[in-house]
Order: sequence, then structure tokens, then C-alpha cells
Amino acid sequence: MAMDVDLIFKIAAIGILVSVLNQVLLRAGREEQAMMTTLVGIIVVLMMVINLISHLFDTVKTMFQLY
Amino acid sequence: MEIFQIVSIGIIASILSVLIKNYRPEISMYISLVTGILIFIFVVTKLQTVIEVLNQLITKVGIDEIYLSIVFKIIGIAYIAEFGSQICQDAGEGVIASKIEFAAKILIMVMAVPILVSLMDLIINIMP
Repeated sequence: MAMDVDLIFKIAAIGILVSVLNQVLLRAGREEQAMMTTLVGIIVVLMMVINLISHLFDTVKTMFQLY
Repeated sequence: MEIFQIVSIGIIASILSVLIKNYRPEISMYISLVTGILIFIFVVTKLQTVIEVLNQLITKVGIDEIYLSIVFKIIGIAYIAEFGSQICQDAGEGVIASKIEFAAKILIMVMAVPILVSLMDLIINIMP
């Protein structure tokens, strides 16, 4: 349980980092790099969330005999 | 008591989600999604014992095992569909949310057909 709670803080940290990087890159005049970092951040978080979602679906499947 | 952990996780996660919402709305949606899943996984272990007790009760009473498993399937479908449609609703996608609920209703109805059929047979047998 405790490991998973860190996931929330990890995602929040990535969100803040990406938005800060985005602002910095925008000020530096590199809009496309800013866009890239945003996309990378979202994809990284997506990978984490997909693992958790598949874990949820497996749990529900075994719990409610939903084969 | 677990409820304190759950409430504290929920409050902290919602604060983080609001913090990030005006910068990166999609990541704040991730945070609410992950928190929902965590709370469910945290509580679902308690549900297992309830399900086992129900199973023993049903076998003791002598009702057919199939009906209880259909009921559990319907509960599972209802839970996942409600979870998905809430997430979509929260993200502002009302159309997708209503489509998920519509599909879930159809699936549950399909699941419930055997029970309806056996109910009809029962009623017909009772009728003189």
C-alpha cells in the first residue's frame, strides 16, 4: 500500500517538473522543445498509470469472477 | 483504522491535483485516476472475506451456484463501468461517460437474461 501512495507524489512531481520546464523553454523561445517535454512527461506518467490500471482490472477480474 | 489513511490520501491527492490543474490538466486527471485505483485496491481485500461468507451461505441454503456468480459478475461490471464513467465525467467528457454507462447497462442486461428465464420457468410451474 505504501509503495503505491508514492506513485501519487511521483506523478505530481513529474507534473510540476514538466510545467516548469515548459515555462522555461517557452521563455527561451523554443516552443517545439516545450511541446516535446510536455509530451514526454505525459507519456511517462501514462506508462505508470497503465500498469496500475491493469493491476486494478486483474484484481476486479479475480474478485468478481469476471473472466 | 484504515478510514483515516484513505481520507488523508484523498485530501492530499486532491490538493495536488488542484495545484497542477491550471498548468497541466491532463496530469491532474492522472492523479485523480491513480488515487481512485489505490483506494479501491486498498479496500478490496476486505471484500474477499464477505464474498466467501456469501458463498458458504448460498451453498448451505442450496441455491444454485450460477446465480451468485452472475450477481458478482454484474457487481463487477457495474463497479468498473461506474469507475470509468466517473473518470470521464471528471475530465469533462460527458458524452463518453454516458456511452460507457449505456454499454454497461446492455452488458448487465445480457448477463441477467438466464436469471429472468429461470424466474419465468418458476412462475409457470407455480401457475395451476
